[in-house]
Formats: sequence, structure tokens, C-alpha cells
Amino acid sequence: MSLFQEYMQPDTIEEAVENLKDAPGSVAVIAGGTDLLLDIRQGRHQAVDRVVDISGISEMQEVALEENFVYLGASVTHKQIISNSLLAEHAQCVVEGCGLIGGPQVRNVATIGGNVSHALPAGDGTISLLALDTEVRIASTDGVRWRPLIEIFAGPGKVTFDRKNELIVGFRFPARGPREGSAFDRVMRPQGVAIAILNMAGWVKLDEKGDIEDVRLACGPAGPKPFRARKTEEFIKGKSWDEASYQEACRILADEVSLRTSAHRATKEYRHKLLPVLLQKVLDSAVERAKL
Amino acid sequence: MKSLTFWVNDKKQTLEVEAGEMLADVLRYRLGLTGTKISCGESECGVCTVLVEGEPVLSCNYPALKAAGKHVTTIEGLAQGEKLHPLQEAFIKNGAVQCGFCTPGQIITAAALLSSKADPTDQDIEYALNDTLCRCGTYPAIVNAIHAASDKINHNKPIEFPTYDFVGGLEVVGQVVARPEARQKVTGAAVYTDDITFPDMLFGATLRAGIPHGRLIKLDCSKAKKLPGIRAVFTAADIPGRVNHGLIIQDWPALVGVGEKVRYVGDAVAIVAADTPEIAQKALALIDVEYEPLPVVTDPVEAKAEDAPLVHEEGNLLKHIKVNRGDITLGFEQAEIIFEDTYYTPAYEHAFMEPECSIARPVDNGGVEIYVGSQIAYADRDQVAAALGLPQEKVRVRGPLVGGGFGGKEDIAGQIHAALLAQATGKPVKVLYDRQESMLVHPKRHATQIRVKLGLKRDGTLTAAQTELYGDTGAYASLGAKVMGRATTHSTGPYIVPNVKIDCYAMYTNNPPSGAFRGFGAFQAAFAIECLMDKVAEELKLDPVELRRMNALRKGSITNTGQHLTESVGLLECINQTQAEMLKFTGGEDPFLSREVNGEPGKRRSWGFAVTFKNTGLGEGAPDNATAEIELLKDGSVEIRISSAEIGQGLVTVLQMITAQELGLPLDKVNVYLSDTDLTPDGGPTTGSRQTYISGNAARYAAGTLKNAMLDTLAEKLNLSPEEIGFKDGVIQANDQKLSFAEVGELMRAEGRKTRLKYEYVSPKTTPLGEKGDKHFAYSFAAQAIEVEVDLVTGEVRAVRAVGATDVGKAINPLGLQGQVEGGLIMGIGHALTEEFIVENGEIFTDSLSRYRMPSIKHVPEDIKVIIVEDPTAEGPYGGKGVGEISTMPVPPAIVNAVYNACGIRLNRIPIDQDWLALEIEKAAR
Ligand SMILES: Cc1cc2nc3c(=O)[nH]c(=O)nc-3n(C[C@H](O)[C@H](O)[C@H](O)COP(=O)(O)OP(=O)(O)OC[C@H]3O[C@@H](n4cnc5c(N)ncnc54)[C@H](O)[C@@H]3O)c2cc1C
Ligand code: FES
Ligand code: FES
Repeated sequence: MSLFQEYMQPDTIEEAVENLKDAPGSVAVIAGGTDLLLDIRQGRHQAVDRVVDISGISEMQEVALEENFVYLGASVTHKQIISNSLLAEHAQCVVEGCGLIGGPQVRNVATIGGNVSHALPAGDGTISLLALDTEVRIASTDGVRWRPLIEIFAGPGKVTFDRKNELIVGFRFPARGPREGSAFDRVMRPQGVAIAILNMAGWVKLDEKGDIEDVRLACGPAGPKPFRARKTEEFIKGKSWDEASYQEACRILADEVSLRTSAHRATKEYRHKLLPVLLQKVLDSAVERAKL
Repeated sequence: MKSLTFWVNDKKQTLEVEAGEMLADVLRYRLGLTGTKISCGESECGVCTVLVEGEPVLSCNYPALKAAGKHVTTIEGLAQGEKLHPLQEAFIKNGAVQCGFCTPGQIITAAALLSSKADPTDQDIEYALNDTLCRCGTYPAIVNAIHAASDKINHNKPIEFPTYDFVGGLEVVGQVVARPEARQKVTGAAVYTDDITFPDMLFGATLRAGIPHGRLIKLDCSKAKKLPGIRAVFTAADIPGRVNHGLIIQDWPALVGVGEKVRYVGDAVAIVAADTPEIAQKALALIDVEYEPLPVVTDPVEAKAEDAPLVHEEGNLLKHIKVNRGDITLGFEQAEIIFEDTYYTPAYEHAFMEPECSIARPVDNGGVEIYVGSQIAYADRDQVAAALGLPQEKVRVRGPLVGGGFGGKEDIAGQIHAALLAQATGKPVKVLYDRQESMLVHPKRHATQIRVKLGLKRDGTLTAAQTELYGDTGAYASLGAKVMGRATTHSTGPYIVPNVKIDCYAMYTNNPPSGAFRGFGAFQAAFAIECLMDKVAEELKLDPVELRRMNALRKGSITNTGQHLTESVGLLECINQTQAEMLKFTGGEDPFLSREVNGEPGKRRSWGFAVTFKNTGLGEGAPDNATAEIELLKDGSVEIRISSAEIGQGLVTVLQMITAQELGLPLDKVNVYLSDTDLTPDGGPTTGSRQTYISGNAARYAAGTLKNAMLDTLAEKLNLSPEEIGFKDGVIQANDQKLSFAEVGELMRAEGRKTRLKYEYVSPKTTPLGEKGDKHFAYSFAAQAIEVEVDLVTGEVRAVRAVGATDVGKAINPLGLQGQVEGGLIMGIGHALTEEFIVENGEIFTDSLSRYRMPSIKHVPEDIKVIIVEDPTAEGPYGGKGVGEISTMPVPPAIVNAVYNACGIRLNRIPIDQDWLALEIEKAAR
């Protein structure tokens, strides 16, 4: 069975965006293919004439510390992410999130870029990157640009960049400073698809006293797009992470997310029940790590 | 086409591939490396795992062109010549191979683990094999095998067979031995149907209704017929013989004709044969169909209503099954307390790892030969012959290995379609289902609603039991009446109940058909009665184990159908041993108390208990026979032939062991040949835990017949009495003379005696419900205790430890037995925690493995204690009775009871919905 007619394997980003642009029919980027191939086979993705395999582009496979930023190539696989010492230091929540994706076989080919570009509201890699205030590097034949990660999502499976002409080549997020830490967790359902009922990533920076100086919190599915809980963050900022602030944070978080019932997966009520559980686990663990 | 150069098992390969071809297809169909299996095609199961540059990847969704310039290792590349990789040897010896379909994927994944971690911990193994699924549930054995292989590699420790305390007795029977076909299964040489190809073979595909109920008013195939590469388009009007098939009632059309009704989404309306699978699929899209939609009925209780839409013209009731014993009114009058509740079990999917595949090939005599991994070769033959309008002798059904069945490969799948297309085209035709089609087509486990009412004395003695069951048999009968019959008789549990009234309704609906599935109705019944028994125990302030012990069937008891149990009732022993082991785990403390988990106030643990019983064989009046043929071959080896199927349960091993035992032969001198309607006599269906008993007996007596013939020959020749002649270790000792089997064979042939003999084993007579006499000739019994952990906040439930005892009569093949019991337990855990086949309004929601989760290695309890009780049945081979089904049955009620004990919430349906449970726990705490 042939799923598509043309299989391009460019070596450079320039070639890849050319391959996209000059495609005669429909075209899609393929990285690990763990989402794309199933989407095509199961009819969730339109038929594709040409696919452009970006996994051979070395620039997109780098992980590097650049001054105050960590650069993470879009074609880095989850396996590479969980075995990378730089990321273990600077991106604890990403390592945790990506470590939970699929099984070893999937993690060996599935990429962080694919997870983000698939644009599900609860992609585990996506949510964890959001908590790190990540920016995305997007390339087209017109050149490259950086956009905040949160801005590239337009709805479930939808992105604001032009899939026909553009490509995510990598991500960058601030390197971890002193008294900073992050964490990720999720709750799954034993029956049905391997998408989190609810996931959450948190990042904190503590002040000298051990209070929370800055915080970022992302979770999904909490709306049509991956969600940053700005109001909850605003509230937690400057507080000490104690029972009182936890309780209030739970209340604000419950207010600002929009949780839904999804058939055969979870009720809205249940998701609300999980919010405080995850908030506690994730922020407790992030705070712990910030103290180390 | 694009050129691809890569290395496969260190051999450079250059070939042309399509842009969108996956690595698995290239390996299997272009390079003939069929050791790599495809099970789901949706990245869910790990069965297709190969190594690319040493890392495991899923070849079913790995574009072949990605492998350009890379090194790929498949299962075929693991052994070095004849020398097996330590993992392969360890898998064989640890019983980590059952049906074998997942085995290449498991071994390859494990090999990658061992090369990155030489001495992995249990956690490492669980992490690495997390997504490599085994429906046979060999996970515990796999863990042992990986440790053993690691010990061999690192410390040169020889790989040994495991030891069990239920081993022994005879020279061969009761000893731990390897499966004869295991070597092929671990090397990738094992042949399953889709591994077979013929020159010029065509590919069949089936157009499915896609709606649950409607009348076919238009079927226009003209466009499809014109598609280049299409060799045949076939509709109901073209069927030369009988349109309907069915194992008992022929109500299931192989193809639905114009003017006829489709009754469920999977009904077939047209079939095509084409040069490639792709063209076949394209042709289906070109067929123009129209239906007049009809009202749909999807609930068995609603189906019984007067005004319910009719699935079949004769009405929706397939069968009303009744059991009455004693006086139910009196029984409830005698009761001091009455309990009543209603329980629900959903449909379940077998999810055998090998999807259905049939290949039909026209043969010279005008007939067809069919290759299919099926559980009932002769039923396939007869049904195909009827459809083709051929005499039965002109259809030959041959069974390659079967990648799991569990009851789901008893009905017709693609056999008739492949045969029709082969006849129409004059060419071999392969009909291979992908996972989605497999899930759409074959019958499921019956969804049931079971109301149980029990009357007891305050001391816990049962006085009356009344049950009412509804079973959803779906659109076609399949084995529905039999399955629900078993649900009926098992619905009052393995208990002494003097007064019984049972009414069971097997109902047609527009859901996918339901049929046989491990546990066969008795599974559903066990859930209902065992949940209620725990509730009763609590109300009466009795220990739940004690309540069961008081009422348990024992030698001398009379069952709810009036059967007098005169022997082989090991239930009390199972209860006692399970309880004792459970108490060892708790250090004597009451296991049913709710305990906090170390330092985690949000989690609670407790144990739950359940017992069960399961008949061996068909029973209830169905003739239950098997014929085995045995032949002493020229080289002195013996071949035993029978049509029964090896579906992973270990039948080949059992027949080999029994034959070797009877003849005093070494195992490797016995070859077992199965599933070939031309060459193997009828062993009956591979169902109902019957093969060890029925086919085992047939083999045993066939071997005895051969032995007698050999004895006769020698006694005459040497002028000895038969008692003076001994058979041992493949040598025949007559006086001081030693003869080989080959020599005796030669003597026999020289004298014109037959060296090929048959024996038909006829099992003890049973009678239908409602008539006098025994319903079944043997029952197995089991008790199961499971400890669960409940997260009080998230509602997540985990099975932590499991202790179970099963009375199997005699452990004939201990390695296989351990595997059956562990595998059954794991399937039971899946049924309780992870699995549910969801159908909404006749449409299937769980249409893929990603939506239907079977247990993975991480669902296996940390500790499993398997206890084997051997209370022999006189007629069984060496005392043995059935074991294939029973170990799944008590698991869900044990888990549900444990959940109650841990968190105080009673469930009356499975699988456990953590969402619901969490909210209930919260409500209860308020
Ligand atoms: C068994 C299984 C389990 C899974 N479990 C999880 C899980 O637990 N959590 C989870 O979040 N996900 C899970 N996934 C989903 C999937 O594996 C991840 O989302 C993965 O990260 C996708 O990466 P990929 O490289 O395979 O993407 P692909 O399938 O190659 O691509 C996905 C989409 O992104 C586009 N794309 C890919 N790369 C780029 C790029 N650089 N620029 C622009 N567009 C791009 C593609 O065109 C496509 O539309 C699972 C998948 C499977 C099969
Ligand atoms: S994962 Fe490839 S066949 Fe299932
Ligand atoms: S042995 Fe694993 S699926 Fe059968």
C-alpha cells in the first residue's frame, strides 16, 4: 500500500522549504510520522501527494546552550530528549513530558517538532514547552522568524503558520537560572486513546526567601488550544507556596480553564477534580527542584 | 518507484519501493522476511518492531525510504546460524511463547534493551516493553526470560526451565518441556497465513455495510469492474451455493443481496479480487450502494419489547433458556434474608494479535484449498463447500499457525469470500483483514445484563437463587445460544443451591454479532454472582471466603441442573490454598481491610476474593468426540494427526507429550500434525477448554491402539506374552532383545499390518437442559484473590498482587499450564480495568487498537502466585480437565470486590471507570 506518491528527503532547511513550496499537489512535512501516517490512514488528514521528510536535516537535530537560551531542534526525538543531559538540567518538565509519550519504539522516531505541530490541546511535549516560555523558529523560502510558541496554535490540529510553505525548525527557551525548576505530570485513562485526560507543566523561580518570584503554568486539554494559565500565574507570583495560596490558586485555575466532557474519555467534573491534584504535584515538584 | 539501498541483517539490499511503502511491507512482501509481523498497523502493539541502527522502531508505520543507508535488524538476524540468541532460548524455556505472533517483536525489543542495559531490572524491562503487547499474556514469562538471557550473556549461566511444585508423576506427562513449535516462533520461521504467498496471487477486499440496519436497494458494481487490475467483483447474486453460513443456525449471509437487509455495520455486500491490495481498495470505493435505513435496536432488553424493530423476521429472541430446580417460592420462604442486584458486562474484543487471513487456491480436482488460521477446520470446510455448492471433499482446509483465537476464530471470516473469489478468477486469492476490519467483523463477547436474587439463612446457607439474564447476541446467532446457555447454568455460581430458577434471553440486536470468547458466558455469570456474594457476606457479617466455603460445591453435591458431582471437585481445596497464600502476603492480618499505602494517604489497598467453575467440553447434549490418526513412520518416529487447532494454548505440546508417554518414546520422536481436513481426522472445534481432554484422550487411545498393534506383532513373532514386552525411551525390550520402533514398523509392514491407525474418542454422554442426566462430564474450579490499590483522588485502580488456585485435574504440560493461568489472569485484569468494546447506536466506537486497550506489561501484578490443584477426573487423560478459560473468569469480580474493600464503593459493571469511581469516592466522603 502506498500512502503517497513522492517522498522527499532534503538535507537542508532551504531544500525542505523549496520542496514544500514547489509541491505540485498536496504536501505535508513528516518527521517521525507517528501522528501523520495514522492521521492519513485513518482519514483524519487529507490524502497527501508529497511528503517532505525532515528527519535527515542535521540543523534540526541539535540541542545546544546558546548564551541565555537553550536551542532544541524540531527533529529531536523524544528518546534523544530524555537522554540529553543539557535538557535534564534546563528543561526538566520537557524531559518528563516527552518521557511519557508512547513507548520506546514511538519515542525513537517521534519528534518534539511533530508533537508541537500536531497542535493538540494536550500534547505532552507542547504543554511542557509552554511552561518554559518557548519560542518557535519558523522557516520558509522567505527566511526564518521567531514566534512565541503560544501564538502558533489556532485550534485543535490547527496552526497559525502556513503548513504548505512553512516549517518549524527549532525552539528556544531561557536557560535555567538559579532557584528555578520545572515539572510535568498527567493523568491517563486506562481505556481508550493515549491522550492525557489532563496534563500540566509548571515552572517556578523562587526568591531568596523561598517564595515564588515567578511562575508559569500550562495545561491541556483546557480549551481548543494549548493553555497558559496566566491568571493563576499572576496570583501565585510573589506568594509563598503554602496551603492557603494553593487553595486559592486551585480556585482561580478552575475558573480560568475551560474543561469539557469528552465522550468515553472524561467528564468535565472529573477533569475539574484532577486540576488541584496536578497543580499540587507539578508545583510541589517544581519548587523542590528550584531549591536544589 | 524509488530505489532504496539499506542493510538488512547485515546484508546489503537494493530494491525499488513505492514512495509510501512502509518498512514492514518491504521486509515481509518484497524481501520475504515474514518473521516481522503486522498486527495493528497503527503503532499500538509493537509486534512489528525491528531495529534500525540498533534502536527499536515500529516498522508498520516507518516509511521504508527512511531506512535508506541504515542497518535494519529483524528477528531473522538474531540467531547465528543454528545457534539461537540467548533471548530466543530463554523465551522457549521460560514459556514466553504461546501463539507466537508477538514473539518476534518481543524478542527484538528485548534485544535492544539488553544491548543498552546488560543487566536490566524488572522496571527497566517494564519500561522497554511497555508498548509491545501480548494478548496471550506471556508478560511474566517474558520478564523471566529476559533475566535468564541476561544471566547467560553476562555470567554464562545456563538457561534452565523453571521449576514448579506441580511438576511430575510420569516420565513425560507432567514434566516441563518446550513447545515443539517454539523454535520456529522465536526465529521468525513460523508460518502464519499471511506469511504464505503463491505466484499470481490476487488480493481480495470486502465492501462493508457501514450502517447497522437497512435494506440494500442498489448495488452497482459496473465502475469497479472496469478498474484496471480488477479480476473479479462478486455479489450475493453470484454465489453458486448457500448464501448463509453459521456454526449452528445458518442466518449470516456471506454477502447481502439487493432487496435483503444488512443487520450490522460489518455485513458484507460485495467482494473484489485485484492484482494488488491497493487496487482492491480502490474498487470498493467505486461500488455504488444505496440503503433504505431501518430502525435500529441495540439493547437486548429493548429488543425483547413487543414493538422493537425486528432484526430477523422470526423475531428477536434467539433463545429463551431456562433452568428450574426445587421450588423457588419455597426457597425464598425458607430464606431469612434476601439480596438482589443487577450487573452489567460490556462487549469485549478478542484482539488476538494475528488479524484474520484466508487464502483460497483452486486445485486440479475442481475444488479449492484454503489456508486459514481457524479454530474449527471442519466447520470451515463444510461452510465453504455449502457456499460454493461443492461436495465437502472438494474443499480442503489447512491451518497454518494461529496467532491467537480465544474464541474469535470459530466463525467464518474471510474463508468463504476468498474461496468464492478463487473460484471466480481461477487464481489464488488472499483475504487479509487489517486491524480495523478484524474488529468490525468477528463476533465479540456477549454484553449482558444479569439480575441475581439470593435467599439465605442468617448463617450464610443459600436456600434459593433466581437469576435473569439478557445477552446481546448481535445481528447473527453465531454461538449465542450456547454461550448464553453457559451463562445460564453458571449464573448461580459453584454453589449448593437447593432451589433455583433461571431465565436467560439471548437476543438479536443490530450490534456486531457475539459468539465464543474465553469463558463463554460463564465469565459474565461469574462477575454477577461473585459480586453479590461479597455484598451478602458483608451484610451477614461473614468472612467472604467463609461464605463461599460454606456453600461451595464439593464431592457429592448436586448442581443447579441436578447433576450429581461424584468426583473431581477441587473447589474447597482451591479456596483453602488461595486463602492460605493470601494470608501469607498479609502476615495473617484480615486481607479485606482497607490499608493505607506506605506514606501515601491518598491511596488504599485491599484484597478481593472470588471463586468460579467452568465446564470442560461442549456438554448439554452436544456430541463431543474427536478422532486421532497415528502412524508409525519408516524412520521409527510417530506422527499423530488431528484437525484440532494450536491457537497458542499448547495443544501440540500436550498431544506430543501424551503420545510419547503412551509409547515410551522420546518427545522428539513424535510429530504432531494438525488442522488439515484432507489429512487429519476431525478433532471437533477448538473451544470450550476441550482439547486437552477430548483430543488428548483421542491421542492417548490412538497411541494405545498403535502400541497394541506393535505388541501383537512382537508377541506373535517372538512368541511372548505382551506383558513381557516393554516400551521405554524409544526402545522396545522383548526378552533380552532390544528393538527400535523402526524395526517393529518394518515387521508390521512385512506382515501386512497397518502402521496407520485411527481412534475415535467419544466422550461421556451429556444431556440438554431440561432433560434428565448430566449436563457436563467435567468441571474445573478456581479461586482467585487479588490485591488492588485505589487512588482515592483520581480513582485509578491497579492490581498489585494476585493469588489464584485452579483445579485442573492433572497438570499435563506444566509450562503451558502456567502460561494459560497467567495469561488468563492478565486478560481478566484487562477486562476489569482496561477493555471495553463500545458500540453506540450500532456504530462501533472502539474501531481500532488505540481505542481498545488490552493490558500491557505494566498491568501485570507485582506478585503472581499460581497454585495448581490436581483433583483428577477418572475419564480425563491422566485425570486432566480443561484449563483454557477458567483463569480469566474470577478476576473481574475479585478486583471489583477488592476495590470495594479498599474504598467502600461497590461497582456493578466493568470495566471500572476511574472517572465515575473518583466522583463516587468524593460523594461518599462528603
Ligand atoms: C502509540 C502512540 C502513543 C502516543 N502517545 C502520545 C502521548 O502520550 N502524548 C503525546 O503528546 N503524543 C503521543 N503520541 C503522538 C505522537 O507520537 C507525538 O505527538 C509525536 O511527538 C509526533 O511527532 P512526529 O515526529 O512523529 O510527528 P509527525 O507525525 O511526523 O508529524 C505530526 C504533524 O506535524 C507536522 N510536522 C512535523 N514536524 C514538523 C515541523 N518540524 N514543522 C512543521 N510541521 C511539522 C506534520 O506535517 C504532521 O502534521 C503517540 C503516538 C502513538 C503512535
Ligand atoms: S505497532 Fe506495528 S503492527 Fe502494531
Ligand atoms: S504469544 Fe504474545 S500474542 Fe500470543
